Amino acid sequence: MKNVMGIINNAQKEDFMRELTEIRSLASIPFGCRYRLIDFPLSNLVNSGVTNVGILLENKYRSLMDHIGPGKVWDLDRKRDGLFILPPAQVYGDNRFYKGDIENFYSNIDYIHRSSQDYVIISTPYMVCNLDYREIVKAHKESGADITLVYKQMPTLEDKSTCSILKTDKNNRVTELKVNSDLKNYDKVSLNKFVMKKELLLEIIDECVSMGRWDFIKDGIIGNLDRLNIHGYPFSGALGIINSIKSYYKFNLKLLNPEIWKDIFMTKTIYTKSKDEPPTQFTAVSKVKNVLAANGCIVKGHVENSLLFRGVKIEKGAVVKNSILMQKSTVGQNSRLNNVILDKNVVITPEKVLRGEENFPTIIKKNVVI
Amino acid sequence: MPGKEIIAMLLAGGKGTRLGVMTDKLAKPAIPFGGEFRLIDFPLSNCANSGIDTVGVMTQYEPLVLNSYIGNGSSWDLDRQNGGVIVLPPYLDRKRGANWYSGTANAIYQNIDYIETYDPEFVLVLSGDHIYKMDYSLMLKYHKEKNADVSIAVMEVPWEDTNRFGIMNTDKDDRIKEFLEKPEDAESNLASMGIYIFSWKYLKEYLVEDTRNPDSSGDFGKNIIPMMLEDKLSIYAYRFNGYWKDVGTIESYWSAHMDLLEENSELDLYDRDWIISSVNPHLPPIYISPDGDVIHSLVNKGSQIYGKVEDSVIFFDTIIEKDAIVKESIILPNVTIGKGSYINKAVICQDVTIGPNCKISYGTDEHNKITVIGEGKEIPEGTTIDTGFELE
Repeated sequence: MKNVMGIINNAQKEDFMRELTEIRSLASIPFGCRYRLIDFPLSNLVNSGVTNVGILLENKYRSLMDHIGPGKVWDLDRKRDGLFILPPAQVYGDNRFYKGDIENFYSNIDYIHRSSQDYVIISTPYMVCNLDYREIVKAHKESGADITLVYKQMPTLEDKSTCSILKTDKNNRVTELKVNSDLKNYDKVSLNKFVMKKELLLEIIDECVSMGRWDFIKDGIIGNLDRLNIHGYPFSGALGIINSIKSYYKFNLKLLNPEIWKDIFMTKTIYTKSKDEPPTQFTAVSKVKNVLAANGCIVKGHVENSLLFRGVKIEKGAVVKNSILMQKSTVGQNSRLNNVILDKNVVITPEKVLRGEENFPTIIKKNVVI
Repeated sequence: MPGKEIIAMLLAGGKGTRLGVMTDKLAKPAIPFGGEFRLIDFPLSNCANSGIDTVGVMTQYEPLVLNSYIGNGSSWDLDRQNGGVIVLPPYLDRKRGANWYSGTANAIYQNIDYIETYDPEFVLVLSGDHIYKMDYSLMLKYHKEKNADVSIAVMEVPWEDTNRFGIMNTDKDDRIKEFLEKPEDAESNLASMGIYIFSWKYLKEYLVEDTRNPDSSGDFGKNIIPMMLEDKLSIYAYRFNGYWKDVGTIESYWSAHMDLLEENSELDLYDRDWIISSVNPHLPPIYISPDGDVIHSLVNKGSQIYGKVEDSVIFFDTIIEKDAIVKESIILPNVTIGKGSYINKAVICQDVTIGPNCKISYGTDEHNKITVIGEGKEIPEGTTIDTGFELE
């Protein structure tokens, strides 16, 4: 895989994540008690032996940069290759209205040109899975396809926003690919992970820019569906499509199924910035059932079917059910939460009752005190 | 290289013989503690938090785990361009030949060259096997205020325990008049914590002097400090009031863990202003299944609890299977406790697999002794092990 580089495309629409992306980009949304979305595409690339990774940024990327730092956690603090932060177009003095992610590729085209690798993997932060690109790159080379696209066959497709759906022929060649389309008659969803030659990527970028087309998937891939040979590669592991609050909430709770969390967290190690937290403390009066918890929590109350991020405190008599509590949030004495997402540092004072619905969890924004 | 005002020398060669099978393959400072740490994390984190960025760690006994654990020191932010942490094993010298570190002071003597590289004014001598949080910069401030040649950190111990410690007799200004190793009838209950600040020019002089004496055991407590007292150097006791524990025996190791379970434990590991750092393995969150039950316990990441855990400390990457019961025990990393097994008042070392339906530390004795299962053991299904057993 020395000959393969990776680009993680974080220059994407993110408003569908509502409150969670008000202060952060999609890639730095906290996920699965200890992680952020970026940890998955980044660890997948590193675990597959890719050592040159660029991350395209568009906005609100402070927390992302804080999280990845120089890439040391992923062994990407290298003299040769390593981690490259690829800033948005306006930092190069181009302050026109934002047109699309092709702009981000284009502003960083020097990085792509200069990289010594012949192949490139393009990935995205909102498809959570634990996969090995080595087989995919091998299949790509063997098939002779121009582009290989990773997809998963799903029994039901729920949320259509930002999803690309596709049809393939019997040789796995992609015959149809649509974004945000009506989901009827489709059962294959694209993971929006692509393998191609670097030369082809440069060609696609150049062509899109010269024709005033700015959407990587719609213009760069779908626009070339007839001209190029695009192959599908079926992925069979667990997949979280994080394209709405509902899907985020549901997939996090799905992690409570050991089969799913073992697949997502343990197929290969998922690396993340760690914080020197002591173990989680459970007291004599705590009651916990079906819980995933990070370190540094102090649990004195009752927690069921929930995820606790680092340093969460749950006071005596509090009852937390079906909820996601992010880093350092606190639930006061005798407060009750059901179907709730607490963002970081939220404080719920004693004796409060908060509830959402299974399909519409209540979200409390970062740093809010209730 | 620019000089340093103070550097730390950490003695990490201890065998920890009284810890039995726990130290069979491990130097005492490498012993896991508190669900997350190793003993050496405490002095290393204290150094980093006190602003001491140069630490020499002297290893000798079973150094492999310790060396790879310390690595380049980045876990404690001690990977520095100038200074940082470095492991100092005994070495072959052109003139002196090969020498093991014969005692605490001798270990420092053999590393005079390392210390001189930094041309320090003061040298902090620490030991790698105590549990405590301490700001050494305050001790240094005290050392300077007293214009001392040596400062020794001390704490008051119960009078009945004075015969287990090095005891300092001081004047009313806390200047040390006399040092007695494990006295029978102590006049004072100020015990040495094995933490010293020396003004380097004096320490160097005495280290060189001490090596000329063939009968010396090269030890601070036995040789260097008594020599300095005889010469009327100004040696002061620095009083420390916080939590400090020498986990030198299985009983004290076990009870220090039980201390941690108290809700307002004296040793606050959750204090974000004095973080104890450690090498963090990359592991998934803790999982507690719908049948799992955890009461009054500490559990670390990567552990999966399908059974019942009570009054225990569970390190990382451990599986407690369904219907297993773990009580008043310490389970070190990467252990599996089989279905229906019962563990009571035991220390289960790293990489142990306990099969289904075992009974560990099983007995009716009221004063149950602690059972220890040594590293890497595989206990077959249905085994019963009596209380107080040590399995190598």
